[in-house]
Amino acid sequence: MLPYLFRRLGAGIVLVFLVTGITFALTYTADIPVARNILGPQATDEQIAILNARLGLDKPLWEQYTDWLGGLFHGDLGKSYFSGQDVTDALTSRLPVTLSVVVVAMIITLLASTALGIASAARRGWLDNLLQGISTISFVFPGIILGIALVYVFAIELRWVPATGYTKLADDPRAWFSSVILPAIVLSIGGIAALAAQVRGSLIDELDREYVRTLRARGVSERSLLLKHALRNAAGPALTTFSLQFISIFGAALFVEKIFALPGYGSYAFNATLQGDLPALLGVTVFGVLLVVIVNLLVDLAQGWLNPKARLA
Amino acid sequence: MTVPDVDTATAPVVETAVRPRRGAWRRLLRKPLGIGALLVLVAIIVLGLLEPVLSQHDSALANLQKVNADVGEPGYLLGADQFGRDIWARVLSSINVSVASALIGAGVAVVLGTVFGLIAGYIGKRTGATLSWVFELLMTFPALILILVLQPVTGGSYKVTMVIFGVFLAPGLFRLVRNLVVGVRNELYVDAARVAGLSNRRILSRHVLYVVRGPIIITAAFLGTAAIGVQAGLAFLGVGSSQQVSFGAMTADAFGNIYVKPVQMVWPSLFLALLTGSLVLLGNAYRDVLAAPQGAVAPGGRRAKRRPAAASPSAPGDVLPQDVTAGDHAPSVGSAATATVAALAAAESAGGALLAVRNLRVGYPQVDGSVRDVVKGVSLDVAAGEIVGLVGESGSGKSQTAFSILGLLPRQARVTADVLRVDGQDLQGLGPGGMGKLRGSVLAYIPQEPMANLDPSFTIGSQLVEGLRGIPKREAEQTVLDLLDRVGIVDPRRTFKSYPHQISGGMAQRALIAGAVAPRPKLLIADEPTTALDVTVQAEILDLLRDLQNEFHMGVLLVTHNFGVVADLCDRVLVMQEGELVEGGDVRSIFHAPQHPYTQQLIGAILDEETVRTDPTPTSTGTTAPALTKGGAR
Repeated sequence: MLPYLFRRLGAGIVLVFLVTGITFALTYTADIPVARNILGPQATDEQIAILNARLGLDKPLWEQYTDWLGGLFHGDLGKSYFSGQDVTDALTSRLPVTLSVVVVAMIITLLASTALGIASAARRGWLDNLLQGISTISFVFPGIILGIALVYVFAIELRWVPATGYTKLADDPRAWFSSVILPAIVLSIGGIAALAAQVRGSLIDELDREYVRTLRARGVSERSLLLKHALRNAAGPALTTFSLQFISIFGAALFVEKIFALPGYGSYAFNATLQGDLPALLGVTVFGVLLVVIVNLLVDLAQGWLNPKARLA
Repeated sequence: MTVPDVDTATAPVVETAVRPRRGAWRRLLRKPLGIGALLVLVAIIVLGLLEPVLSQHDSALANLQKVNADVGEPGYLLGADQFGRDIWARVLSSINVSVASALIGAGVAVVLGTVFGLIAGYIGKRTGATLSWVFELLMTFPALILILVLQPVTGGSYKVTMVIFGVFLAPGLFRLVRNLVVGVRNELYVDAARVAGLSNRRILSRHVLYVVRGPIIITAAFLGTAAIGVQAGLAFLGVGSSQQVSFGAMTADAFGNIYVKPVQMVWPSLFLALLTGSLVLLGNAYRDVLAAPQGAVAPGGRRAKRRPAAASPSAPGDVLPQDVTAGDHAPSVGSAATATVAALAAAESAGGALLAVRNLRVGYPQVDGSVRDVVKGVSLDVAAGEIVGLVGESGSGKSQTAFSILGLLPRQARVTADVLRVDGQDLQGLGPGGMGKLRGSVLAYIPQEPMANLDPSFTIGSQLVEGLRGIPKREAEQTVLDLLDRVGIVDPRRTFKSYPHQISGGMAQRALIAGAVAPRPKLLIADEPTTALDVTVQAEILDLLRDLQNEFHMGVLLVTHNFGVVADLCDRVLVMQEGELVEGGDVRSIFHAPQHPYTQQLIGAILDEETVRTDPTPTSTGTTAPALTKGGAR
């Protein structure tokens, strides 16, 4: 188990280097006039040269990259070109917002899809159709439209929750929940159908296996066969799908945050994108990759816990 | 906007490894959903293409006189937005942008995924592994973040963005194609093509591409939808060129104007949903067409129903086994077979046996609506303390008979019987709950493949204890531990705490036997209990079964193809062929004077098997037996 985890961790580090390297190279070739953007059209060439030197933009590409990597090893992602704010600080302070939405969305996805998957594996019939329906709807209505519809109905018409904005969990848990529930629902819709289909398929596979028949022959109840034995063995494949879903939910969160005006990771990334703020962009990338690596590791650990063979290896 | 999980979206396709069969599209068009989705999709695309003809204004032209004009304003079919721009014209332009996004995004993914998937699936291990690693890495990265990060590079062009997104969509298709190709590669016709001297590339294009075509088309439909959604999402958020009209930009404008003119929200949403919806439904319909069942309904049993319905050589159709035996062989023989027939007839009314079965039939519904019988009117008895062997080749219906007594056939199975009684209880009258109570108390089962019959995720002990209900847990654990000791497991405590993969097959079978006898059942049904084990272990397990049977005075129905096992263990034997009993009686007499040719073949085959094992020179005395070579011994 440990060597495997180290290998996964290694792959994660490779990912950080690859992605940041590619980002670096691509933004370099795009030749964005950063200093000009910061100083405005009136700035003289001399002023721009000075700023370029101060930001290190006059150095060759590989030197800029190694400088940046050197900072990364000390947990220093540099400062924003525009606001001068420390990127690490900015991202750490925004992370709770994004994580709130993503984690709530993942919980909704997990609970709803497991329940739906179990129910439709046990009953098949009309629940299958419901599952198909949700799946189709989630494909048909892109997240933005669904998000807007939910805002319109629950925030504008019914006034159950605020349309936009974020309240810290520590300040007021209820207000916090109201501020993240709609974006979380929007994020989870697509994943629920996909994961429920996965859970259902794996459960049906497991229920057809011989060990289930033998347990049944020993008089073990159908309930235990489904919820204990089949579910436990079906959890592995489902968990893999779940971890892939985290990636897409995390990506989509950046967009949904924007719809609901949540001051998370997403708005930071957007501003950085529009301004060509390279340190901020790279910071977002690094945080994103690290989160994915962490989640994958957690999933691996959970897989090991679920699967006795992996646990002992 | 969530990137759809391609794998799950197309999972059923991969599972069934469908191939586009001729007429798939024609059948698609016959489905109302298929033709409807196709018509809507084509209509929308045509609307977009006819934009110059259908709209009277440029989609970007702002006319301040027409700000927030109502639907139906002359020249403004759907009204105008808050900047006085023609909504109809903007919808038409947006259609083109969405269609282009879908084509680019899905196109890039299809090209990359298919090309590399074919390479990884078809060419050697190392290339495949490297490619898989690269695509898996790609999959672990949140695509939308990189798309955002790379916006400064794309220069605001949605087309470039869609190319990048297409790269991130590729892994799903890569895996799909790779898995399909790996499956196809092992199939005969590619081997045949290779023998015929076709080059790798020609094999790929000719055979493999043909097979993967259908799943790729379906996946491409879903990927196109994803691309449309992401493009709209990005535009909604104002990422990319602000000049670019698109559904996303329209939605954003309408969202900003939602308190003034909520109806403006409707048009982009409607057309966007129609476009993506028809695409998804078309993909779904095509998938359903390809995944439609091709053959017989498959129960989980022993493949019995897939055999051709050839009538058995001696028995025509529906005659009862008693008649067959009696009819084929002169009644004057006075053999054990006729004795059994008499005994069966006597027991019919008495019902004193532990297990009484009369005229048992098991059938499976077929696609064409008929029911195919795999057990055709079997009658048998097992008395308390008696071991009865049920012998036949695989596919003879012996396991189906056994499982119908246990009530463990797949749910599609249709079971009928005049009498189906265990320990005086009518099994047909019991509901699922009653059957559950009977199993694990009166009825017990020992399977063939010990490893496959233990839940890999739970310890041996916890699985065995779970079968013991109605007694305190501690007591149940002690019972199981004692029994593990009793069945010859050296360190019961350790085995109790072990997971199935930590013990040997022989140990696993002992544990399963312990689990079966733990509730002190009256009738034990053993399905080939030694077949999967090493020869040395087989004898020990048979000894153990005999000892336990003696000790607990159980009735045993032993299902096997092996007459050696029968001779070793059984009091009586029943021979099944093609779903019917063809001979039955006392083991000794059947062994010495088998009446039915099929029984003779079976006995001959066992002897032959043993001869072959000890003597390498082929002495094929019984190898002509067609029934055995056909099924393959299990």
